[in-house]
Amino acid sequence: MKKMLGIIAAFAIALSASPALSASHTMEKVKACFIYVGPIGDFGYSYQHDQGRLHLEEALGDKVETAYLESVPEGADAERAIERFARSGCNIIFTTSFGYMDATNKVAGKFPDVKFEHATGYKREHPNVSTYNSKFYEGRYIQGQIAAKMSKVGVAGYIASFPIPEVVMGINSFVLGAQSVNPDFKLKVVWANTWIDPGKEADAAKALIDQGADIITQHTDSTAPMQVATERGIKAFGQASDMIRFGPQTQLTAVVDDWGPYYVKRVSALLDGTWEQVDVWGGMKEGHVVMAPYTNMPDDVKALAEETEAKIKSGAFDPFTGPVKKQDGSDWLAEGEVADPGVLLGMNFYVAGVDDQLPQ
Amino acid sequence: MRIEVSRRQMPSRAFAYLSPAIALALTMVLGAVVFMALGKSPTAALYSYFIEPLTETWSLHELLIKATPLILISVGLSVCYLSNNWNIGAEGQYLMGAVAGSAIPVLMPEFQSFITLPLMLLLAMAGGAAYAAIPAFLKTRFNTNEILTSLMLVYVAQLFVDWLVRGPWRNPQGFSFPGTITFNDYALLPEIFPASGRANFGILFALVAALLVWLMLRKTMKGFEIRVLGQNPRAGRFAGFSAAKMTFFAFLLSGALAGLAGIIEVAGAVQHLNEKLSAGYGFAAIIVVFLGRLNPAGAVVAGLVLALTYLGGEAAQISLQISDKSARVFQGMLLFLVLASDTLIHYRIRFVTSGAAAQEAN
Repeated sequence: MKKMLGIIAAFAIALSASPALSASHTMEKVKACFIYVGPIGDFGYSYQHDQGRLHLEEALGDKVETAYLESVPEGADAERAIERFARSGCNIIFTTSFGYMDATNKVAGKFPDVKFEHATGYKREHPNVSTYNSKFYEGRYIQGQIAAKMSKVGVAGYIASFPIPEVVMGINSFVLGAQSVNPDFKLKVVWANTWIDPGKEADAAKALIDQGADIITQHTDSTAPMQVATERGIKAFGQASDMIRFGPQTQLTAVVDDWGPYYVKRVSALLDGTWEQVDVWGGMKEGHVVMAPYTNMPDDVKALAEETEAKIKSGAFDPFTGPVKKQDGSDWLAEGEVADPGVLLGMNFYVAGVDDQLPQ
Repeated sequence: MRIEVSRRQMPSRAFAYLSPAIALALTMVLGAVVFMALGKSPTAALYSYFIEPLTETWSLHELLIKATPLILISVGLSVCYLSNNWNIGAEGQYLMGAVAGSAIPVLMPEFQSFITLPLMLLLAMAGGAAYAAIPAFLKTRFNTNEILTSLMLVYVAQLFVDWLVRGPWRNPQGFSFPGTITFNDYALLPEIFPASGRANFGILFALVAALLVWLMLRKTMKGFEIRVLGQNPRAGRFAGFSAAKMTFFAFLLSGALAGLAGIIEVAGAVQHLNEKLSAGYGFAAIIVVFLGRLNPAGAVVAGLVLALTYLGGEAAQISLQISDKSARVFQGMLLFLVLASDTLIHYRIRFVTSGAAAQEAN
């Protein structure tokens, strides 16, 4: 499974209490290797990681050599794939999906001289393992605001993948954004139980539209929902990458994962001999999350979106700011209270306004 | 000139041995063409496919890990298919075996003793067999098509595992992420040579299972019964063999072996139960059965070959920077050509020139 959350929670840090590696020698050239859970042609999650890899090559030129493995299953195969990279002369290995967590840590223990960077996980059992992730939910809040402005009926449809904290966080952030514009806004959710399956995703989109949603958003990786929305003449949001090519009249915006700057930063650190274990959860401020151009919307909606984006970027605003009630009506955040990252990273409840039962 | 394909009176012994070699040679040639079209050196590609994974000890360990479930499952399936019972649901039996065996370390983590692991293995075999008993029962009682029922039960098993690891069996310290707790040391399958790689005792189970089933098929009355009922059910009935009992026997045996494969994967390489447990071993094993010609000894070889193509595909991706897709195309080509070459065992191909044809007509 992928796209899970880096954990700031104390216990994870305690697991890796050993001091960070002291800065070692500088390097002439670095071989950086990447493991992807999907095909690089998914135009979603793995595609964006590969764009990051290409960006890295472009930025560092001769100083970096890259290699990748795509569609690596997250079971027993992952450890072999990672070990093969470690043995083939890679200096730093980016394992880009949550399901590689245990395998990454196991191989890292065997190869102390190789650096490992695991996306979206929370275990750093050795000083040569870092974790990194993005606050995708920041972009979801803006999507929610746009959806509430653009929807005629006040109902949006959300194609969700798996009921894990990151996805739940995205749904909640979307709803909070929508409610900031229209307090009665409703969100319908379909669980596709897949990260990428164009057929299922398209069916989910159709079901949501038939249930009355006139805006579609997704936390699955294919472009199928965008294409269904186009056929039905409604608006939708792209996922992970800018999907405007697949819905020139349909896409409002997309939350784009931009891993390139992080990859450049980490490989540069290795070149300079300043690589240290980190746990990074970057958002818009750090450039990990970028909004695709605001398209197919009136100027006032665009202005609102840009305003919110600026506030989040400057750190003046966080989507999870009270008052917020949980779905069961109990209070979660008091007026002005900002959610604790630890709670977000284990989020397993909905906020009020989600028209769905969270699978438990 | 035309090409004539005619059935041989007897299957050709020569081609039974030659056909894998022909297939391999054709794969090499076609593969070389594909790799050249991609602008890659064909020799380097073939080297990384077939040789590179065998050149290092750790990689040999990985080969055994990958081959273990394939061999175990296909040994069981060979009994099914020989006796004319079409169990397509080994994937589900594999998962249910994994679940049954995992129950001990997940529900009773304090139960740590030297019998923990043996109990898990037995429970897994029982779980897999019980799950396989469902299509067997439906077939013998209601005459349902076991291909459909066993296949559909795969999806039930997949969703059941998914529900378990997200719900009741979820690791409470796992931040709501799916997956059980990591098993305690007594619940893990030991590695054979921990110093050089992570291959575990699972491969020995697979080899022993293959040997026992081979002996059974060759040397025992049961083996005779299996073949008779498979090839000629009517003759089998006259001989007093019960087709219904055989259906149960074949399904229970293959279910138990698939279940064993499941717990070996969990307690060996993965070390906790999660929803990503199977990379389609239950289905890949069907290919292995036929590559191995429905023979347990053949299944061992075929399992290793198929495992090699997975590893080789990975090696080729890294060393040649070809995509995952071209690696899979190559794997598919190999399997297709092996099965296609088997045609030569039963059929003769003649190239008839028009002159010869005219002569024949006279």
